[in-house]
Parts: sequence; C-alpha cells; structure tokens
Amino acid sequence: MKTSKFLFTTAVAGALLMSCSNDDEAPDDVNEEEVITTMTITLVPEGGGTTVTLQTQDLDGDGPEEPDVTISGSLSENTTYNGSIVLLNETEDPAEEVNEEIEGEAAEHQFFFEVGIGLNLNVAYADDESDYVSAETGENFTTTNPVGLVFTATTTDAGTGTFTVTLRHEPTKPNDGTTGDAGGETDITETFDLVVE
Amino acid sequence: MKIFIFIVFVFLVHFHGLSQDCTDILSGQVIDYHDKTPLEKAVIQIVGTQNIVETDDNGKFKILDLCSGEYELEISHPDCSTVFIEVNLEGIEWVDIRLEHHIEELEEVKVIGDAVANKTNSAIEESLRLTTLEQYSSGNLGDALKELGGVSSLNTGANIVKPAIHGLNGSRVLILNDGVRMQDMEWGDEHAPNIDINSAGSISVIKGASALQYGGDAIGGVILMEQARIPSKDTLYGKTLVNGILNGRGGNITSELTRAFKKGWFLKGQGSYKRLGDQETPDYVLSNTGIKEIGASLQFGKRLFTWGWDARYSFYTSEIAILRASHIGSVDDLIRAINSGEPQVINPFTYELQNPRQEVTHHLGKIKFYKRFEGLGKWNLQYDYQNNRRFEFDVRRGGRGDQAAIDLELTTHTLSSDFKWDAKEKYQLQFGLLGRYQENFPNPETGVRRLIPDYEKYDFGAFITGEYRLNDQLLVDAGIRYDFSRIDAQKFYQTSRWEERGYDAEFQDLIVEDRGTQLLVNPVFDYNNISGTVGFKYSENDANATRLNYAIAKRAPNPSELFSDGLHHSAARIELGDLSIQSETSHKISLSYQRQFKQWGFTLEPYGNFIKDFILLEPTGVEFTIRGAFPVWEYRQTDARLLGLDFSSYIDWTKNWETEHKFSLVKGKDVDKDAALINIPAASLRNKIIFSRPEWNGFEAFLESQYVFRQNEFPENLWVFSPADQEDVLLEINTPPNAYHLIAAGAKKGFQLKRNMKLTTSLTLTNLLNTKYRDYLNRQRFYADDLGRNIILQLKLNY
Repeated sequence: MKTSKFLFTTAVAGALLMSCSNDDEAPDDVNEEEVITTMTITLVPEGGGTTVTLQTQDLDGDGPEEPDVTISGSLSENTTYNGSIVLLNETEDPAEEVNEEIEGEAAEHQFFFEVGIGLNLNVAYADDESDYVSAETGENFTTTNPVGLVFTATTTDAGTGTFTVTLRHEPTKPNDGTTGDAGGETDITETFDLVVE
Repeated sequence: MKIFIFIVFVFLVHFHGLSQDCTDILSGQVIDYHDKTPLEKAVIQIVGTQNIVETDDNGKFKILDLCSGEYELEISHPDCSTVFIEVNLEGIEWVDIRLEHHIEELEEVKVIGDAVANKTNSAIEESLRLTTLEQYSSGNLGDALKELGGVSSLNTGANIVKPAIHGLNGSRVLILNDGVRMQDMEWGDEHAPNIDINSAGSISVIKGASALQYGGDAIGGVILMEQARIPSKDTLYGKTLVNGILNGRGGNITSELTRAFKKGWFLKGQGSYKRLGDQETPDYVLSNTGIKEIGASLQFGKRLFTWGWDARYSFYTSEIAILRASHIGSVDDLIRAINSGEPQVINPFTYELQNPRQEVTHHLGKIKFYKRFEGLGKWNLQYDYQNNRRFEFDVRRGGRGDQAAIDLELTTHTLSSDFKWDAKEKYQLQFGLLGRYQENFPNPETGVRRLIPDYEKYDFGAFITGEYRLNDQLLVDAGIRYDFSRIDAQKFYQTSRWEERGYDAEFQDLIVEDRGTQLLVNPVFDYNNISGTVGFKYSENDANATRLNYAIAKRAPNPSELFSDGLHHSAARIELGDLSIQSETSHKISLSYQRQFKQWGFTLEPYGNFIKDFILLEPTGVEFTIRGAFPVWEYRQTDARLLGLDFSSYIDWTKNWETEHKFSLVKGKDVDKDAALINIPAASLRNKIIFSRPEWNGFEAFLESQYVFRQNEFPENLWVFSPADQEDVLLEINTPPNAYHLIAAGAKKGFQLKRNMKLTTSLTLTNLLNTKYRDYLNRQRFYADDLGRNIILQLKLNY
C-alpha cells in the first residue's frame, strides 16, 4: 500500500517539524532612545528670590503609570522669571539630555505656553531658531521663528490658574503661538496648576 | 474547479508487421480512469484527417485500412476532458485509452463573480473573472474582491486594503495564493495582503469555514487565488497590460509569458510594476499617499495526468506612504483632527514617499508534487517557504527617520500532503495532514519597544472531508479537522504594565528574568482546535440550486491579540493584548438559493454567524503619558452574533442590454454587552447597466451606481479628559460618516491586430461626480476625505 506509506512519511516529517529543540537565546533589550521621560522647567526670578521648578516625569514612557507632576512652590507677584527647559530620557543610564536633539532640529520644534483664566502670567519667547546649530547643516539656522527652550514669564497680580506647556514636532511655522493654530504632533504636554501670590 | 489537463501514456506492443499497403488496423478501448468502466460514445479522430469513429457500448473502437506510421489521436467524450495520444502504427495495434471522467469541483458555497446565465460552461465564469481581475489590474486584491457580494474591506487609505468577508477580516480570512496559505502578518489593521493581483488567473471566495482542507480557522472565509490553466500543447503566449491612472498621476504595467509543451512541461513568468504619487480628494491633495509596488513570479514544472510537479517562486515588494495628516501625537491631536474636518497637513502634489510609510517584502517559494493511483485517487505533497519582512518608518526625532520604528521578519515553512479518493462515482473522500513552523524576529535596532515579540509557532493539522452524491439532485458533504498550535514567545513587558494588567497574579511563573523596569517573560501556549462542517446541495436542474451549510470553526488567537502592549505609533493609540485570550469558536449557518429563468436570475444568501469568545479590539479609554493622553484600545473576548444577507441578480433586457443588482447587509452584535460590534460594514447597494455589442469588436460599456448606507449601529463613543480643554470631551471615535453614493462608468473595445495578437482598450471612470465622502471602514476617515474622481486608461495586448 504505497499510498499509506507516503502519508505515514508525511506524518512523521510533520512530527519532526513539531519537535524542534528549543534552545532560544534571550532577545536583546531594546534601547528606547527617543523617549522623553522628564521635563524640568526652571523659573529664576530676576533680581533674586526663590527659584520655582516645575517638573513632569513619566519613567515608564507609554506604560500605564501617569506622569508624576511636581511644583516646587508659588510665583511672586509682579516678577519677571527667566525660564529654561531641560528634557531628559531617564530610561537610559546615565540619563540622556534630549535638548541637543531639539536644538539640532529647532526649525521643526516649538514649545507653546498657554495660560488659563485666572492666572496673571505673560510669557514671551527668549530664543529663536537662529540661536541654534542645525544638526543637518552644522550651521546656525537662518530662520528666526521662536523655539521656547528659554523664555520669560512675567507675573502681575495674584491669582491661580493653569499653565500648559506643550512641545510640538513639525508644527506649522510661523504660527500665532497657540497649539490650535500650529498643528504638528505633541511630543510633550503637561498642565501645571500655578499660584501667583 | 480544477480540471486537469493531461496526456495518457500508452503502452504499445510492437508487432513486426509485413504489410506496407495501408491495411493496418488500429483498435482499442476507452475506459474511465477511476473506476475502469468502458466509456460509450467517445469520439476518436485521427488528427488532421476526416477519419472519425465512435466507441461502442463496450467502449471499443476499430479503425481500418491505415498506413503504417505515426498518428496523433484526439479522443473526446461529453463528460470528460479531451485527450491527445500518439500512436506508432505497424500492422495491427491495440490501445487502451483512459479518460478522466471527473470534473473536480469545490462544492462549498462559492462566490461566482457574476450571476452567470449558463453554469454549465465554467469557462465563461473563469474568463469573466479574469476580465474582472484585469479591470482591477491597477488596483489591489481588496478592491477587486469588493465586486463580490458580502465582501467588503478594511482600509487604511486607498492603498492598504484588507479584504473582509461577511464583516470579518484579518486572521479570520485565509488567503491561499496558488495553494499556499499567505503568512504575511495579517494581524494589524494596516497590514494588507502582500499579493500582486496580476499574478492570479482567477480568484474565488468561500464565505465561511467549510473549506476545511485550507484551514479550520477561516471564521470569515477563504480567498483562493488560482493560476490560469496551462494547456499541454506546444505553445507560447502572453499578455501585457498598461494602465494610466489619473488620480495619483501614475500607472502600472504588468506582463506575463507562458511557454508550454505537449509533453506537459511548462514555464510561466510574470512581472508587474506600479507607481503612484499623492492621490487627491475632490478638494485637496492627500499628502503622502503614494505607492511603489513590484511583483514578479516564475513557475515551471511538468504536468501529466498520472503525475506531475511544479515549482513556483514569487516576489512582492511594496512601499506605501501613509497619509501625513494621520500621524498624530495624542488625544488632543486626534480631537483636533476629527473636529477640523480636513487634514492638518496639505502639501503640493509629489511622487515622493515620505514618512510615515511602510516597506514590505514577501518571498514565496513552493514545490508541489502529485501522483494519481489508478482506480484509487490522487496524492499531493507540497512544501512551501515564505519570508515576510516589514519595515514601518515613522516621523521621528533626531535624524532617526531612516531607522524603521517597526522591523519584523516572519519566516514560515509548511509541509502538507493530502490524498483524494475519487474512484467512486457516488462519493469522494479527502484526507490531509499539515505541519508548519514559523518564526518571528523583531529587530531590536529600531529603538522602539517591540510591538510583536520574538516567537516561534508550531502548527499541526489533520482533516478528512467527504462528499456523497445521493442522486442526481442531492449532494451531501461533511468534514472534520483537528488543529494543534503552539506559540512560544519571548517578550519584554514593562514591570508597570505587567502589574497593571494583573499578570503578576496569574502569569508570574512565566517570568524568566527581572531587569528592574522590564521583565522578560516566556509564554508557551498550546491550542487544540476541532472544526467541522456539514451541508448539502440540492439542484433539480442546471437552472437552480439550494445549498445549506453548517460550519463550526475555531481560531487560536494571533500574536497581536495575545502580546500587543504599548503605543502603536502608526495608529496613535495604545494597544493592549491579553495573555489569557483563548480560541474563539464560530458556528455559521449559511443558506444559498439560486434560480435562473430565461432572461433573469438571482441568488439569495442569508447567513448567521454565532461566535463564542469573539476577539475584538475596541477603544476603552485613555492613558496619560508625558506626551499627553492616548486612546487605549484593548483586545477582549465576547459572544458575538453576525446576521447578514447577500443578494445578487441579473436581467437580460435585450440581446445587448443587461443590468446587474447587488445588495449586502450584515448586522453585528456584541451579545454580552447588548451593543453593536465595531467595524461592521454598512449595507450597500450596487446597480449596473451594461451595454454590449460583441460584433463591434467586443464593445462593452457600463454605468454603475454604488450606494453605501450609513452604519447606524456602532459602539458608544468615549468621554475622555482633554488636557487642552481641562475638561471631559466626547471623543467621536466610533461615529460613522454619512451615507454616500458613487457613480462609475467605463467602456472597452478590442482590436484584432494580427491573427494571434489582440489589443483591448478600456477607459474606466470612478467617482465620476467627484463626490466628497468618507467610509466607515477606512481608518483614515478621521483625518481626510476619500478619493475624488479617477480616470484609468488601460491598454491590453494579448499575443
């Protein structure tokens, strides 16, 4: 019975396929180099006083844990603060500063500062693209749209409200300074509840 | 459907005849190959002469007064395929001729591309179907299949089209490419089949799991792409099609050439190239929607009636740009996109394919051997190899745009064999076995956490199917299949995700290594599935048929349903699989009633599909990350019910005027939640008027209306907290777009250039009125309108 012999052979071959030995090596870790885990905004008052630090930290990236938001204290009335932003990727060891990448692609990035009702705070950009060296050309950018890695924030009367900081990738530039007009993709966004007293 | 072309080898006994004055005699007997019964009324003709005889009731014949020499005989019989044999005549010769008396056919509920008036001649159906495929030569598989009732598609833009049968797609739809089950990562919504439509000679769709020989998990159905038959005679023929496509400002070219020999040898080569730039809606350019596609295949072998083999290699590669505006960051970006009603990014037309885009390459190699055993049946043995490599490039920071964000390599080996007993007139049995090994390698170089982990998968399947003809009217078929599959994966979970999912309670023993923030786990899951089918076909005559089929099918979860975890950048959503997902079980009952009258005919196909533990992916909420809030889509299991109806009919008004009408409806329900299922196609109605004058060089013109209703049954939308608005807003992620009505028209005409060279020109216009519309089953409906008017000019040259 030739036929059954053929089928039997096939079955055996199939069984052999099934019983491959399993000596897998563990797969390599993926080095997540593009993640931004931490944004620290430092507000230094002109003429001295208490520095205020705002931070959002999300160590598991797109994992389930929500970002941890800390605000070191309240702002003072009628004060001008010099703001600067530091971005970190803390999944790497040591932590990597992401600012370099933003600076190298300054023309494709912009921070937006949106102040909610009740918070008396005026924000102005203190940098533009030409302050930074393009990673692509090695030369300073020739365009002068704002970027927002450094800025000034000036308080007036006391009040409370939200202060939302958003980093957009590939927004429309120039824009009117609002996220609605700029489009692009959100790389970071955090809303801080601030008090001016 | 497969009618085998074959040659019968004849064993001749040589007599040393003395006569030279044309008194030789050739006699013999014609018998059925399978059951060896003599065949009456077979016609034997000596090729090139008027010498014709018929066999008597014992299947015997005699031709007198022949000269010695070589003759070619043509033997034909009404129930059989025609055979040619060569005879070397010297004196008196006796030949035994065996004819193939079976028309091998799939007896499942089959979709025919058209309610064809005369079912007796299957060739008409075939050529019609080839005609339809050629019409879609510039499109893709999913688009062409939508010509069939009950077949829809899930799209990501116009170039990524996943076929859906009776509302189900992806892993629930098997695609067999010339006998090879495609293994091309059908898991994701934006993973279209990696197939060049021009490589198929015909495509059939089986709407359900009753074709057990192809797999037991075809809960949606099976798509069979088959090769055109190659005749066993000395011939060389081919064709070339060129399409100019207005929308996208490009075109495609496809060409094939076949060389066949009388001895059964054949060689066939085919190649296609397609290139489109940005496509356009009525109002704007869809920036970054171009495509580049190359397909090629080579097939060769030897096919005789008693045995044969063939080998095939096919290559497919495509680079598809993904609508730039559909690449978003977070919920706020999504809300903005949905509310604005037009894409956030519109650039001037370009042929460039920029990020986001995908590059997929698929290699398929197959070798198949068959042998017939006289009076018994046919044995097949096949080995196939597939390699699928998928890159997805994303808009990335820091010059990483050239580094793929997803890089997967899927390798599959399959060995399968089956035996078909068809010796008996009344019944047939088929028995088969399959073994498969598959490996997935996600490249860690991407710098992005793996969406699909490293895994090895082992499959083993065995089936037995049979059919029994009770009488001329009634045919019963049944089958049972067993499938074992084991998936052995190695995956990194974020510790936070592992705990959030509650896996630390249930699956803690799978952990191999704890790396602090990440856990390496090694899940090994086994699935044992039994599927079965039973049904009958009752036909009083050729003009009507009733078919009833019940199929139980079980499908093991695929890797994305089990292991997805994290941000799927191209979809801007967090997708979460579930390790505890088990196989889903479908019970499908389908009824088909077909009637043909003198000038019109119709087919009515109601069905019910009751799926226990149906696996679905749906939006469940949002998660907050430093990048903002993301919609979370989770896989879950529920009991589902799909009820539907396909109707098609044709009317021949006059010799030249014909109309076709098609209606499809499916309703999907989540029984546990008492709510609508997500992504169920809306009802659609198609009407077509066709004018044909064959005597004007095959002139044909048509006007078609397609009305797609609004899907009024959809899952609830979500309320999500919008950081930008500092309040909960309604995320209208499930709201379907409005109904739409599209008009298409076309005409074609042929020109006989030489005796065996024919040019056919055709012009097709789709979305003739440049209607603005969006389709519920296109994932880009949130961001942009669908395609505007398109004009396709096709030149086809047969030689």
